[in-house]
Amino acid sequence: MTTAAATPPPAQPLDRFDRTERAVHWCTAVLGLTLLATGAALYAGPISTLVGRRDLVRTVHVLAGIILPVPVVIGLLLPRRGRAFRADVQELNRFDDDDRRWLRRRTHSRARPAKFNAGQKLNAAFLAAAGVVMFVTGLMLRFPERFAVDIRTGATFVHDWFAIGVALAVTGHIVFALRDSDALAGMWRGRVQAAWARRTHPRWYERVTGQRADRLAGSPDGNSSGRERAPR
Amino acid sequence: MEPVTPPRPARPAGTPVGRRVVLGLLGVGAIGVLTGARIQDFLERTVGPVVAKDGTGLGALLPFGRFRFYTVTGSFPSRSADDYRLRVRGLVDAPVELTYAELRAMEPTNLTRDFQCVTGWRVSDVQWRGVRLADVLDRAGVAAGARAVRFTSFDGAYTESLTLEQARRRDVIVAYELEGSPVSSAHGGPVRLYVAPMYGYKSLKWLDTIEVTDKVVPGYWENRGYDVDAWVGRSNGRDDEAT
Repeated sequence: MTTAAATPPPAQPLDRFDRTERAVHWCTAVLGLTLLATGAALYAGPISTLVGRRDLVRTVHVLAGIILPVPVVIGLLLPRRGRAFRADVQELNRFDDDDRRWLRRRTHSRARPAKFNAGQKLNAAFLAAAGVVMFVTGLMLRFPERFAVDIRTGATFVHDWFAIGVALAVTGHIVFALRDSDALAGMWRGRVQAAWARRTHPRWYERVTGQRADRLAGSPDGNSSGRERAPR
Repeated sequence: MEPVTPPRPARPAGTPVGRRVVLGLLGVGAIGVLTGARIQDFLERTVGPVVAKDGTGLGALLPFGRFRFYTVTGSFPSRSADDYRLRVRGLVDAPVELTYAELRAMEPTNLTRDFQCVTGWRVSDVQWRGVRLADVLDRAGVAAGARAVRFTSFDGAYTESLTLEQARRRDVIVAYELEGSPVSSAHGGPVRLYVAPMYGYKSLKWLDTIEVTDKVVPGYWENRGYDVDAWVGRSNGRDDEAT
């Protein structure tokens, strides 16, 4: 079936994230939020006074932490079904001139992101690294007999401060997702509206539809009215 | 007309900034593990006092040297000083029940010592006031055959124990004041134990009953793997400076 119409065809929803990608995302999300909540219950003074039950909370925290890498590792290893997820990881890794444009306030509005914008890429890189750091220092705290006291204190120090970083990054991620219901739908159902993709991820739109995402003069999306989100 | 779904490019162009960010952060984490003890120490001395005076309460979310409040049950038990009773029973000449006022009327002891938790945090120079556990035991009279003391908390779950010899040390007290004010509920008030030479889990909060026994009965965390003799720096695989 070809689309040889003279006018652009009515936009179909586009597939953005397949089952593997969404499964990895939501499994990691549930584990991560469990870790943040139980971690806060263990160590954030005012919250730990409200929750208590240290023995149970500690067990849940340690279990969730040990399981945390499993969804990502499975997603990376699945031979056929993990293909899209691996492609995402590769794309998140690569920064080009457009990402630099996106990150600069002055040129932000001229950026034309592909599947991910530079903010999403940085968030992914930070959370990936923080995940590894939290996992390793967490293991050190779980099996402290093997380490000198200074190293243990160091591991506690790193675990504490990275936890604050992760809490901030995850909060930002959730706030942005809640402010953009199309993006959220992409991760929830896997599909997004073509108009949203054309506006926010034009180069990805071009890649998956084969059509140009250039804004037509006078089209609703064509001018830089207040619709555009401010940089930062 | 272009194809509707062209294949994904096999390898996206651009520089691997993501990988550099990840490797850089892993390096930061590793350096943090190696130097964190010194940085933490520095922060405690410089920023710690500022955070301690912070009025917003947000500072409490930051990881600085102060008490972290632990309870093994769902909430902090509370009991007013008026309703409070300390029971001493078991291998004693005569079981006694002391009111808060009676405890206060006994000869007080002041201790200023570091509080060291087995999980690593330490609060320096904490001022305690209370009565010696030995004096409380003597009120009931320890009977022949007694070897140990068992404590229960009115949180309904926590227990602790000491040998009789440990219990008679001069730095083991039944505390009712912390930093110059009555011990708050979060800190284990109105009356708690303070075992200065041992890790914090020995200093049972919300002290309810003291039972003199013929052998040591392991307490709450000791049933979960902690050492029964919890000397700071000489137990639980730790070598902290003694308190």
